[in-house]
Amino acid sequence: MNRKVYDKLIFELSHEGRRGARIPDNGIILRQAALPSELLREAPLSLPEVDEPTAVRHYNNMSTNNFGVDTGFYPLGSCTMKYNPKINEEMASHRCFARLHPFTPAAACQGALRLYWTLQKALCEIGGMAEFTLNPFAGAHGELTGLMTIRAYHASRGDFDRRRKVIVPDSAHGTNPASAAVCGLEVVEVKSRPDGTVDIDALAPLLDDSVAAMMLTNPNTLGIFESNIPQIAEMVHACGGLMYYDGANLNPMLGVARPGDMGFDVMHINLHKTFSTPHGGGGPGSGPVGVRAGMEQFLPNPRVVYNDSDHSFSVEYEPEALGSISATLGNFAVQARALSYILTMGSDGLMQVGPLATLNATYIKEALKDLYLLPIDGLTKHEFVFDGLADKSTGITTLNIAKRLLDMGYHAPTIYFPLLFHESLMIEPTETESRETLDAFIDAMRTIAREAAEDPETVRSAPHLTPVTHPDDTAAAINPIVTFS
Amino acid sequence: MYPYLPHTRADIDAMLKAVGAESLDDLYADVAPQLRLAQPYNLPQSADEASVERYFDRLADENLPLRACFAGAGFYQHHCPAAVRSIASRSEFLTAYTPYQPEISQGTLQYIFEYQTIMCRLTGMEVSNASMYDGATATAEAIMMAVAAQRRRNLVLVAETLSPYVRRVADTYARYHGVELLTIPQADGATDRTALEQMLAERGKEVAAVLVPQPNFFGIVEDHTGLAELCHSYKALLIINCIASDLAVLRTPGEYGADIACGDAQSLGIPLNFGGPYLGFLCSTKALMRKMPGRIVGQTTDSEGRRCFVLTLQAREQHIRREKATSNICSNQGLMTLWVAAWTSLVGAEGLREINERSRAMALYLLEKLTASGKARLKFPSQPFLNEFALTTDYDVDDLISACMARGILPGVKIDSHTILIAATETVTREDADLLCDIANNL
Amino acid sequence: MIYYSKTHEYVRVEGTKGYIGVSDYAQKSLGNVVYVDMPDLGETIEKGEEFGAIESVKAASDLIAPVSGEVVEVNEALSENPRLVNQDPMANWIIAVELTSLAADVADLMDADAYEAYVATNPH
Repeated sequence: MNRKVYDKLIFELSHEGRRGARIPDNGIILRQAALPSELLREAPLSLPEVDEPTAVRHYNNMSTNNFGVDTGFYPLGSCTMKYNPKINEEMASHRCFARLHPFTPAAACQGALRLYWTLQKALCEIGGMAEFTLNPFAGAHGELTGLMTIRAYHASRGDFDRRRKVIVPDSAHGTNPASAAVCGLEVVEVKSRPDGTVDIDALAPLLDDSVAAMMLTNPNTLGIFESNIPQIAEMVHACGGLMYYDGANLNPMLGVARPGDMGFDVMHINLHKTFSTPHGGGGPGSGPVGVRAGMEQFLPNPRVVYNDSDHSFSVEYEPEALGSISATLGNFAVQARALSYILTMGSDGLMQVGPLATLNATYIKEALKDLYLLPIDGLTKHEFVFDGLADKSTGITTLNIAKRLLDMGYHAPTIYFPLLFHESLMIEPTETESRETLDAFIDAMRTIAREAAEDPETVRSAPHLTPVTHPDDTAAAINPIVTFS
Repeated sequence: MYPYLPHTRADIDAMLKAVGAESLDDLYADVAPQLRLAQPYNLPQSADEASVERYFDRLADENLPLRACFAGAGFYQHHCPAAVRSIASRSEFLTAYTPYQPEISQGTLQYIFEYQTIMCRLTGMEVSNASMYDGATATAEAIMMAVAAQRRRNLVLVAETLSPYVRRVADTYARYHGVELLTIPQADGATDRTALEQMLAERGKEVAAVLVPQPNFFGIVEDHTGLAELCHSYKALLIINCIASDLAVLRTPGEYGADIACGDAQSLGIPLNFGGPYLGFLCSTKALMRKMPGRIVGQTTDSEGRRCFVLTLQAREQHIRREKATSNICSNQGLMTLWVAAWTSLVGAEGLREINERSRAMALYLLEKLTASGKARLKFPSQPFLNEFALTTDYDVDDLISACMARGILPGVKIDSHTILIAATETVTREDADLLCDIANNL
Repeated sequence: MIYYSKTHEYVRVEGTKGYIGVSDYAQKSLGNVVYVDMPDLGETIEKGEEFGAIESVKAASDLIAPVSGEVVEVNEALSENPRLVNQDPMANWIIAVELTSLAADVADLMDADAYEAYVATNPH
C-alpha cells in the first residue's frame, strides 16, 4: 500500500457545473406541472459536482490507503480472511442477473432460482442439514434468523413463552448474546473450563424446560475442538432444547466433519468467511441458515421450491414459517460468488480446505510459542490465541504488537478477544496462504518479540509507517463529527 | 491442482514435520471417528474457470431475456455509469474487512464518511450510520431503536400504506423482539390522519413511534405536513421510510421534522441483482445518535495533527453491549456505501433531478396511453405520484405479465388479479413503453 | 452520608435529596468517559432499575438506581464535559432525586469502608 497520505473528500473536489455522468434521455417531455410545492424539498440538494476522471482518481487514490487480502497477509482471527477468487466476481456480475428485478415472476427467472436452489443443496451436503435458507444478509442476521427458527419450532409445540433461555459459553463472541436479546431471549452464560471448552458440570444445572437453545461454535473461539459435543447435544436435547451451530468457525471442519452429524439442529454459515466471498470493508455478506429434517417449515419466507412434477422452481410463502427476515431472497450476488467457489473447488478441493487451514495455523503457533504465551497447549484448528508476549517484563501489550505489525506490512490479528485472557491475540491464517508467507509473518512476530526486549519504545509507539498514526478515538467520541461540512 | 491452495506435497510434509505431526489426520486426533465424514462430499469434482463460466452462462440462459423493467415496488433500475463498478471493484476496498485498524483502513473510513454525509443531505437528517442490510431490515431496526430510546413505551403505529414487503419483516422482528405494532388505516391510498389522531388519543402514552412511508407502496406521495408535531405532542417519535432517490425532489424527512429516516438506497444506482446486495439506510437527529444501531464513522486527527477517520461511538455496539444490545448488526453493506458515494458523486444533484424528471415524464406518458383505451384506470386518481402508480385493469394482470414477458418486458409488480404497480425510470425507451401499452390495450 | 451499591453507583444523602453518581473505582475501570446518558427532569427512577448509561471509548455501562425517587436535578456540565467524571466522580454527581423510600432503599447499600472492602475482594 501507499505511504503518502491521501485524505481528500469528494466534496472538496467539487467544482460548480461539472458532471460525471450523462443520464439516458427517453425524449419524453414532462408536460404536467410539478407536484404541489408542499410535497417538494425546500433546501436544494447539494451533492459533489465532479467529472469522471476526477472521481475515478479520487477513489483509486483513496484505495491506496487501504489494506485488503489482495494487499497482504490478513491473519484476523475468527474472520477467515481467505483469498477471494476473481472468477467469482465475474460470475456475480453477469449482466443477465444484474438486471433481474427481485419480484420477477418465477417463469422468467428459472436460472436465478436454480442458482439459489443449487447452493442450498450444496450447503445442506456440507453442513449435514436437511434444508437451508439463503435469505439472511450476514452472519449476525443468520444467527438472529436461526434463533427465530428455533422460537418458531418451540411455538409450534406451545412453548413460545416458556422456552426463553439461550445458553452461551462465556467465551462466545458478543454477537451471540446480542442476537439472543434481539430475538427476545434471555442469555445465560455457561462457564468454560481452563482450556476454553464447555464445563459440563456447570452446564447440567442450567438445563430445564425453559431452555430454548444452546449456541456453540465448534471449534470454539480458542480454536479447540469441543470433543464432548455429542454428550452436550444429548444433554440439551434431553431437556427439550435445540443445538445451534454458529458457523463462524466452520472453515477447519471442511472436509472433516459436519455440524449436522455432531448433533446440531440449526446452523448458519458465513459465505464471506468459509466460501470466499469478499468482505467488502464490512459487507455485503451472506449468512445462510440450515436446519435438520423436521424443521424445514420454520425457515423464513420467501423460499425457493423445486417442483418435481414439471422440473421447475417457484417462490413460495409457507404458513408455518417464522415470518420474513428480508424483502427478497437475500444477497443474490454474494450467493452467486459462493456457488462459483464451490464449483471451482469441487468436492475434492473442499475436502482439503479444513486440514490445510489447520496446518497453517498450527505451523505459526508452533513456531512462535517460545516467545508468545500460549495459555493452552494442545491441538488447535484453524486459529489459536496467544496471551501476549511470554516475557511479561517488557510491558509491551497486545495492542503494541498489533500496531507494530502494521509497520511490517501485515494486518493485525484479532486483539483482546476472546475475553478469557487479558492480552488475547487471535491468529487465523486460512488455507490460501503459502508457506513463504507464513515464514515471513513468523519472522516479523519474532522480530517484534526481540524489539520488545531490546527497543521497547519502538514497539510501544508504533505504528510509524502507516498513512496516519494514533488517531484520537476519545476526541472523536466526545465531540462526534459524522458528516462533512 | 487448486489455484487457491498454494501447498505442494513437499510444503505439507515439511510443515507437518515442523509441527511434529505424521499426517494431516493427526491434527484432528481430537475429533472422534464417528463424527468424521465417512466419504467425500457428494458434490461435483473441481472445475476449471471455463467450465464454471459455461455453467453460469447456462443458468443465465434459463432466465427469460427481459430488456425493459417497469417493476418497482421499492426497487428501481436506474442508470449506473461504468465508472461506479470500476471504482467498487478496487480490490483494496473489496477485500478489506471492517476498518478495525484505522491506520491502514482510511480508504474504507473515508468513503463511509462521504456516504454518511450524502445520506444526511438527501434525507435532511443530522446523522447517518454506516448502513444496514436492506430497506426492510433498516425499518425493523428503526422500530427497535425507537422503542429502546423511549423508556417504557412499546407500541409503534405503522401506516397501512407501507410496502407489505417491508411490513412483513417489521412484523417478524416485532413478534420476536416483543414490540406491538398497530396498523394506521389508509383512506384513498394515503395514511388516514384522522384515524391516527384517534389512535394517539386512545393509546398515546404507550406509543414509542409512528411509522409512515414516502412515497408509499402505491407510489403516492403523502403529505406529512404537521405529522411530526402531532407525534411529538404525544412524545412519540416520527419515523419515515423513504425511497432514497426520490428525496432529491421530495420534501425530506428532516424538513417534515422526522426523528428517524430509513429505507433502501438501492435506487441510488445499485443494480437490481435479483434481490441484493442492496443498502439499508438509517438516519436520525443528533439527539438519537447514541441510540443508533450499527457502525458510525467519525472525523478526528492523528498524532501529527492530520485529519483522519475512525469508527466511533462504538460503546453502542453489539460486541460491547452483548445481551444489553438492542441490535445485533455487525457486518453491514460496507461496499455498497462506496457504490452510493461514487454513484451520487458522478450523477450529482442535477443528474438526480434529470432522473426524477425523466422517470416521471415516462410514468405520465404510460398512464395516459394505458388509460386512453378505457381498459385501465388509476387506482387512486386524486393522489399525487412521482414515477410509480397503481393501475386498476379490466384485463387479468397475469395475462398482461405473460404477454409482455414474451416480448422482453416486465410490465410491473402484480398487486392482485386486477391491480398492477407500474414504475418508470429513465432506463426504459419510448419503444418499449409503446409496446407495453399496445399489449395492454389489446388484451 | 454516602452509600454505595454493588454496581458501583453511590448516593450522597442531603436532607430529602440524594445525589447519585459513580464511584472512583467505576470511573477508573471505564477509562476516558465520553458520554453520560441522563434521564429528564421529572422522571421517576426505581431502585435496581436502569436510569441511564455511561460510556467510554470502548466500554458502556448501564447506570442502576441505588435508590428510588423523582429526578429533580441533572448535572448538565457532564453533557459538555463528560470527562469531569474521571476528574472527580464524587463532586461530579450525575443526577439528584427527591428520595421517596430512603430507609428501605439503603438497607442493602454499603458505607465507604464496606464498599472499599467489597471492591478489594470483588474485581469487576
